[in-house]
Amino acid sequence: MGDVYKIAIVGSGPGGLSAAAHAAKLGVRHVLLERTDHLSDTIYKYQKGKYVMSTPDVLPLRADVTFNAGKRETILDAWNKQIADVKANVRYNADVTAVNKDGEIFKIKLADGAVIEAEAVVLAIGLQGNLNKLRCEGAGLPLVQYQLDDPDEYEAETIVVIGAGDAGIENAIALSKQNTVIMVNRSSEFARIKQGNLSLITNAIEKGDIQCYFSAETHKIEEKAIILQTADGQARVACDRIIARLGAAAPRKFVESCGIKFPNEDRTSLPEVSPTYESNVPGLYIIGALGGYPLIKQAINQGFEVVEYILGNPIAPADQPLIERKFAGLKPATVEEVLAEIRDVIPVWHSLNPLQLREAMLDSEMHVLKTGATVFKRNDYTSSFFTVLRGTVGIQIDANDPKKMITLGPGAFFGEMGLISGRRRSATVVTVGDCVLFETPRRTMLKLIGSVDSLRRTLDQVAIMRQVQTHLAPGVPVADLMELVETAEIQKFKAGDVIFAQGDKGDHMHLIRSGSCTVSMRVGGKDVVLSYVPSGNYIGEMALLSDMPRSATVKAAHATETVCIKGESFKTLLERNAPLKASVEAKFRQRIKANEQMQKQPEAGSIIEFLIAQGVGEGTDVLLIDESLCVHCDNCEKACAETHGGISRLDREAGPTFATLHVPTSCRHCEHPHCMSDCPPNAIHRTPGGEVYIDDSCIGCGNCERNCPYKVIQLAYPPDEKFNIFSWLLFGKGPAPGEAMSYKSKNGRDDHGHSEKTKRAVKCDMCKGIPGGASCVRACPTGAALRVSPEEFMSVTTLSG
Amino acid sequence: MHESILIYRKHRYLKWALALAAVSAVIYLIDRPLGAPNGGTWLGYALGTAAGGLMLWLAWFGVRKRRYGVGKVPLEDWLSAHIYLGTALALIATLHSGFQLGLNIHSVLYVTMMITIISGMVGLYFYVSYPRLLTENRRGLSTEVMLGQIAELDRDVRQIAMATDDATNAMALKSTQDTILGGTALQQLRGFDEHCPTTLARQFVESSVSSQHDAQRRQLLTRLIRKEDLLKRIRRDVQLRCLLKVWLYVHVPFSIAALAALVTHVVTVFYYW
Ligand SMILES: Cc1cc2nc3c(=O)[nH]c(=O)nc-3n(C[C@H](O)[C@H](O)[C@H](O)COP(=O)(O)OP(=O)(O)OC[C@H]3O[C@@H](n4cnc5c(N)ncnc54)[C@H](O)[C@@H]3O)c2cc1C
Ligand code: HEM
Ligand code: HEM
Ligand code: SF4
Ligand code: SF4
Ligand code: SF4
Repeated sequence: MGDVYKIAIVGSGPGGLSAAAHAAKLGVRHVLLERTDHLSDTIYKYQKGKYVMSTPDVLPLRADVTFNAGKRETILDAWNKQIADVKANVRYNADVTAVNKDGEIFKIKLADGAVIEAEAVVLAIGLQGNLNKLRCEGAGLPLVQYQLDDPDEYEAETIVVIGAGDAGIENAIALSKQNTVIMVNRSSEFARIKQGNLSLITNAIEKGDIQCYFSAETHKIEEKAIILQTADGQARVACDRIIARLGAAAPRKFVESCGIKFPNEDRTSLPEVSPTYESNVPGLYIIGALGGYPLIKQAINQGFEVVEYILGNPIAPADQPLIERKFAGLKPATVEEVLAEIRDVIPVWHSLNPLQLREAMLDSEMHVLKTGATVFKRNDYTSSFFTVLRGTVGIQIDANDPKKMITLGPGAFFGEMGLISGRRRSATVVTVGDCVLFETPRRTMLKLIGSVDSLRRTLDQVAIMRQVQTHLAPGVPVADLMELVETAEIQKFKAGDVIFAQGDKGDHMHLIRSGSCTVSMRVGGKDVVLSYVPSGNYIGEMALLSDMPRSATVKAAHATETVCIKGESFKTLLERNAPLKASVEAKFRQRIKANEQMQKQPEAGSIIEFLIAQGVGEGTDVLLIDESLCVHCDNCEKACAETHGGISRLDREAGPTFATLHVPTSCRHCEHPHCMSDCPPNAIHRTPGGEVYIDDSCIGCGNCERNCPYKVIQLAYPPDEKFNIFSWLLFGKGPAPGEAMSYKSKNGRDDHGHSEKTKRAVKCDMCKGIPGGASCVRACPTGAALRVSPEEFMSVTTLSG
Repeated sequence: MHESILIYRKHRYLKWALALAAVSAVIYLIDRPLGAPNGGTWLGYALGTAAGGLMLWLAWFGVRKRRYGVGKVPLEDWLSAHIYLGTALALIATLHSGFQLGLNIHSVLYVTMMITIISGMVGLYFYVSYPRLLTENRRGLSTEVMLGQIAELDRDVRQIAMATDDATNAMALKSTQDTILGGTALQQLRGFDEHCPTTLARQFVESSVSSQHDAQRRQLLTRLIRKEDLLKRIRRDVQLRCLLKVWLYVHVPFSIAALAALVTHVVTVFYYW
């Protein structure tokens, strides 16, 4: 002890080991602390032989370690060798439990009691967290494992899976194909898991494929058995293997204990860092996935940069060429000048720190447009956010009269409604004069809204006004709406939350700005669903107008945000504005009529309820099967497989049925796709038509598969070359139409240079790029398969028809 | 909710077929050929060509059905047209032959074609009526779930039966071990099994349960009755699904045979010309 390191690096992932390599190269006194007994545990744990990708390809690598796309083993071997060659000082089995600042020196405590001192600390611990372990007697025996790489590796074993979360269930189901699987569930039911997994596991248990102990705890583990404590006493279960999936403790607690602040309570929130990756604790730096950079190459570059910054060298980040290229259209201004201009001119970007602004601009696209260009069209499904740097744009507020325009000048923003609601654009936007615009993707905006409060507030204020103008009071002057908008507030609801209940006093109304709701009424002791109300509509005006208690209950069908408007200000607005009053009253009467009609046919309400439970309410385009027409020929699946490299993206037979309506396992094309939320290379997109698809940059990490609540994404090997149907018919060449491919291409690589070992995410892409659209629907001989949009489908007229 | 192939696009293809049939019939009736009407007159050639073309087009459906992702017209249009124009073919071909059917090579074509058409009609009947029956029979449960429930009932039955006398136990065990689902194509098509061990076991327990107050046997009986009901539904499910496919084993081979006969017919006709 006694000697103080210049830099201590915690975590030897790509970020940490790159920092250590650079420090070693420069001869800086350093130590790399790694919890496990090997480098880079996250990558070490990838599936064997996984092909690791080096996304984003355009980003140059600047580091003292190499990194090229390739097999996991090759990459790890290279790093091990390079770390040894530069003589980096690595301390394995060094689990850091605390980092405290004592004057100018950090004291780093390890789990074994040792304390290490350093002037600066780099946290590069990634996001994987600490796997929770079993604590009972015998937990250290070799038959216990905490993760599962490849379920197909095991055969004819008896395997106990502990932990009834999504991971445990997915493992159990995958293993049950070739093994006897016994699940251990601590509670008496499966709670808090994905809908898709719930039906899979209940099915498997009902069928007897998997045996499950409910309300059971692990008591003891023996050489070849596990002893469970159940409600009826102890049970001894002989087994060959125990897989415990108990979740991981997120690193947040540990990070906070170091004094680092998180911007909010959100589960996905990450600590904020300066342009030199310094946290709010001076001398404590954060790089890699923990700092919000979820890809290997980014982490490696930051490892190099952070060492330079700690040494006081203000080098330009490795992505400088990228941002230079982005701003090339504004030459001769330098990157710094453009960033300064953006910050000066556009108020929404004021509140970002320089690193955040830089990142936002790297993610954004810059459009230099001539006058008269269309930015986006009414009814597009895009959800990006636009800011105006130079020039003016016009918003065509009247679909029938393109001349009617609101103009927005430099500094303004638009497109926030699509961003928030995920629904169609409500107006066409064109340029009026030459313009420079920035288009920021939804994902970047969400990250910023989640971490920069003032940005959220600025956005919300303007957004509420525009939402009210568009959906509630079109044509009413802004001045008349001021009072209403100022007292309005945004409320958030989770799926199933009651927005207001039948019988409540009605003193406010809601404008749904994202998500959708169901309206139901108690009839004869039962809740009858009357209608489905998508975003862009208001609810709760009936009680206000009639001064009666609420006549119905409104619940959020899925995550929903509303603008809650005070009853008084709404009434005042109506008093002042006769045409608005007339239109609101007309809608009121129309709703009463529709409700009466629906009450007469409770089946239609039950169908709405069923479809909402299946996620149809949040979809834009959903495949349904009319079981009264379906002849079970599976031509839809064959068509999908045949047009999508041999892998069908729909499973007709699976999925629930109500009356004669069947919801097969297939993508709903959600308006706010859950699958998109956590994709490291940002490979999932939504087209202007609303289709959600995955592009070639997918690295196969499986996040989307886990995040989709409807279980419609699979990880699969890329397809073999396609065969012609005639060569199959005549020469028996290639797989039969609709049959799975063999995936052994001659050179072992597909046309993107990926090796055959890389699984990638596949899902329905709505046959984007195939003229004529959805192949499955077009291949159904009896017209049983149909694609519907919930707004049209769940309307009174359709359901009573 | 969605349109069946019969009423598809407001009967568009029915109207086409009726128009085609009507035109052929009217011309046939007003035409006064030399001698008896037959395929050799100008009208015979015209109708023959129409019939032959129609048949090629109908057979092309088998290929079109497997060409996925191409063509603007949905397959439902094709099938709707297929059934109506296929039916019209029966009339057109008959008019073409001038009712000159005899024991010759030409009639082979006629007969194979008619078998194809009739099998098509049978298939159409299945297609239109069975999906609903299938759904109703399943009552929302998938086959897999029903099988799962049977497995569970079997576990129960075995356990309860252990506490009963040997004869009952043997019958119950037989039910859990020897009950066959599926089986040969014929068994699947029949949709029931009069020697089903479960039915026998149920009958046996039923007849012996009567007098004494016998909880075990009653439990056994309720489970066997439930199992029997599930078996009945699964067998019905299998039967209906089989029927939906089995007619194609007539329709497709005979359409190929008819094509071959058509070629022969045309060749012989021109050869003897
Ligand atoms: C299945 C999967 C596939 C992926 N595929 C790709 C891909 O193909 N291409 C790509 O670019 N990215 C991929 N990623 C993302 C990539 O793995 C991460 O972005 C990257 O590993 C992040 O690097 P990091 O240095 O920030 O942290 P990590 O790599 O997570 O490293 C953290 C290290 O810190 C150690 N540690 C944690 N806590 C402590 C502590 N308290 N004390 C001491 N040590 C500690 C850990 O043991 C670990 O070794 C994938 C991710 C997953 C999960
Ligand atoms: C589905 C298609 C057809 C059917 C079912 C059919 C059937 C028949 C039958 C049953 C006869 C009567 C044979 C007899 O006189 O004993 C006949 C005669 C004839 N057919 Fe066709 N035919 C078809 C297509 C064609 C075609 C495509 C041609 C030629 C272009 C054709 C040309 C003739 C001729 C020339 C005769 C008269 C032969 C004779 O009288 O000896 N037919 N056909
Ligand atoms: C000579 C006349 C006909 C010929 C050559 C013919 C040919 C065919 C062929 C090749 C197929 C494709 C089968 C497959 O590959 O799965 C088919 C399917 C079918 N045909 Fe016909 N057919 C004829 C007449 C009819 C008629 C008259 C009807 C009904 C009234 C009919 C109803 C059907 C139906 C319902 C299918 C199944 C469609 C499917 O499952 O995709 N056919 N026919
Ligand atoms: S894959 Fe994405 S868009 Fe499709 S259903 Fe799942 S979450 Fe929704
Ligand atoms: S597996 Fe899914 S989340 Fe991961 S990279 Fe591919 S598309 Fe994105
Ligand atoms: S729309 Fe296309 S990709 Fe989607 S399920 Fe149908 S055939 Fe497959």
